[in-house]
Amino acid sequence: MKHLLSIEDLDRPAIERIVTQAERFAEVSDREIKKVPALRGRMVLNLFYEASTRTRSSFELAAKRLSADVVNFAASGSSVEKGESLKDTVLTLSAHKPDAIVLRTPWAGAAELVSGWCSAAIVNAGDGKHEHPTQALLDVYTLRRRLGQIDGASIWIVGDVAHSRVARSNIIAFQRMGAKVTIAGPPTLIPRGIEQLGCDVRFTLDQLDSADIVYALRMQRERMSETWVPSLREYAGCYQINGRRLSPHQLLMHPGPVNRGVELSGEVADSPQAVITAQVEAGVVVRMAVLYELLAAARQAPPLSGRSQLADAAAAVATGQLA
Amino acid sequence: MSAVQRMTIGLQRPAELLLREVRVLDPRAGIDAVHDVRISDGRIVELGAPATIAADHDEELIEGHGRLALLPAFFDPHVHLRTPGQEHKEDLATGTRAAAAGGFAGVIAMPNTDPVLDSAPLLRSLRDAAAREARISVGFLAAITRGLEGEQLTEMAELREQGALGFSDDGRPVHSAGMLRKALQYQRLCGGVLALHEEDPTLSRGGSMNEGAVSAALGIGGIPTVAESTMVARDAALAGYEDARVHFQHLSCAASVDAVADAKARGFRVSAEVTPHHLLLTDEEVRGMDTRMKMHPPLTSEADRQALIEGLRAGIIDCVATDHAPHARDEKEVPFEQAPMGTTGLETAFAALHTGLVLPGVMPLEMLVTRMTAGAGLFELPTPMIARDELASVTLVDLEAEFIAGEDGWQSRSENCCFGERPLQGRVLLTLAGGAEAHRRLELAGAGAA
Repeated sequence: MKHLLSIEDLDRPAIERIVTQAERFAEVSDREIKKVPALRGRMVLNLFYEASTRTRSSFELAAKRLSADVVNFAASGSSVEKGESLKDTVLTLSAHKPDAIVLRTPWAGAAELVSGWCSAAIVNAGDGKHEHPTQALLDVYTLRRRLGQIDGASIWIVGDVAHSRVARSNIIAFQRMGAKVTIAGPPTLIPRGIEQLGCDVRFTLDQLDSADIVYALRMQRERMSETWVPSLREYAGCYQINGRRLSPHQLLMHPGPVNRGVELSGEVADSPQAVITAQVEAGVVVRMAVLYELLAAARQAPPLSGRSQLADAAAAVATGQLA
Repeated sequence: MSAVQRMTIGLQRPAELLLREVRVLDPRAGIDAVHDVRISDGRIVELGAPATIAADHDEELIEGHGRLALLPAFFDPHVHLRTPGQEHKEDLATGTRAAAAGGFAGVIAMPNTDPVLDSAPLLRSLRDAAAREARISVGFLAAITRGLEGEQLTEMAELREQGALGFSDDGRPVHSAGMLRKALQYQRLCGGVLALHEEDPTLSRGGSMNEGAVSAALGIGGIPTVAESTMVARDAALAGYEDARVHFQHLSCAASVDAVADAKARGFRVSAEVTPHHLLLTDEEVRGMDTRMKMHPPLTSEADRQALIEGLRAGIIDCVATDHAPHARDEKEVPFEQAPMGTTGLETAFAALHTGLVLPGVMPLEMLVTRMTAGAGLFELPTPMIARDELASVTLVDLEAEFIAGEDGWQSRSENCCFGERPLQGRVLLTLAGGAEAHRRLELAGAGAA
């Protein structure tokens, strides 16, 4: 595996391999010294065109626990604001020879585009409303830890599917792992044609009780000004996951950050059925597994073009491969 | 001013040619047979049985061997030559060179330039520039509303006096029905076809591609086809009410074809065009998020594509237009949602349609030639004919030649062609426009000469 651009590119064995590797790394997080030398001397560049605290820090922590060097590059306050194109920014930063670039942008397909411009491994940390593959992987990890397996589970993804990259990646990932996916939300926020991904579509939560797992999506307040829904109050009335709607046999997931009182009531967010903090925890180990898969596991031969043999040799020495 | 006088072409030397044993195909002249054709002083002077005309000393001889086809040169009523203001994408010289390379002898340039072509002095200077630089005939549409802003009519009568062939706000719709109605009323005074880009921005806003399974899967905002078809229906009704002459640009969906068919059945004076890309490609092409596949209107579904083909065959859609829309490489080398809309099309139109429609038997070659030349008549211009005493506006095509689109580079200044890198069959070798040579492929020189 050279890049992680979308869940679409991963078959079930690839998803299971990453999740299994993450389970091994989970043990590291419980140690007093939470660090292994797997990626010593490697450089991971976080290139973020959107504000993101949790995803960026999760990747940063993952890279550091693998002993990689981390450089964070945020688009605000940078050359990007001076009008530099994505391509020029990537080419400029590539001069520092990062081994991996973790990329978050508001544009669909940006990660794939960047993968053609440089030799680094590209990790898509969210490209517009398209995909967020590491979120899907950490959700699969969380469910597998909790349930053992996902095969045959009924998963309902509820809320603003139209603007959600999480929904798109998870519809694909959950189905690949054998789950049955239903999406539910206001008709204005369910994209026409989404059922062709293989999921069922509902506009009410009347049948929610049939779900084993309820995955609530964040309802962004700016959708109101764009009149996707008449009011947050009405939205909450129709689609909020609360004690009345959530059955005791169901697990509750959410990609965060939670809008309490909108898509979730406080009582269910804090209930033992909610695995929201487990998802956050899973983020670090799953991203460790992804970086490990891209930079250590599958990199026997040095495929990096434009790098001198001397640099490769130095890298090999640094990672102990010549020892 | 006659319609012909509204077209501008640079001065070039009249052709002296003998084309021997070429398949002459001109549906309007009722010819499809192998002939010898002599062109002297830019005019077709002899049209005889094969191998009966002997070569003169002063003329070039091209042997067709019955394989090369001589067609009336094509006409494109919808191109963007980007001049003035965006010459880094295209200019009058490169744009008309690209047109000639595609077998076109006449094009109509859209007014969404920078500044917008909305005043008589600007039109005058553009026509002067075309008289110096254009290899083929160029006509100009002026804007319907000032700055394409939809709020105030341009000085349509004065623009017509300066040679505007008609009017369009292409790139944008005339959103206000009231504003469009005034323009239609004003047409009674000044004439000139109104060419309409149909799109309801309240439905298309936020979209970068066709709405459907592909947009849902990619998470890219979708433009529903009703954004176009509802506006076609509205404006057809307005045209009928005012008995005005309107031309619908780049139809992209089945519902728009139905709306045009309905307007024609009622006797309204409407016509319509369709692009090669809407006839040959669907929104499945967008899955790879290749920005060359981003255009306005967007590529639509297979059902829409079939309806467009059927509409063109039935004559509900009158002609092919490329909507040649060049953009610089760095403008297209960005994520899909950020990229500007448009594909180039002049250099590939005939070969792509020949490969995609004629060879599989969807449409006979005569019909394709008819639809690729019909645009002239819609704008009150004469259509070139292959007949004695006619000024030669013809294109010589090798119908068997296979090539990869763009393999030798492009004549256009831009390379954002949705057919780039595709194998095509049917290559334009020579184009004469207004009696003068406008394009020649190198391999032709010598190859056929005696």
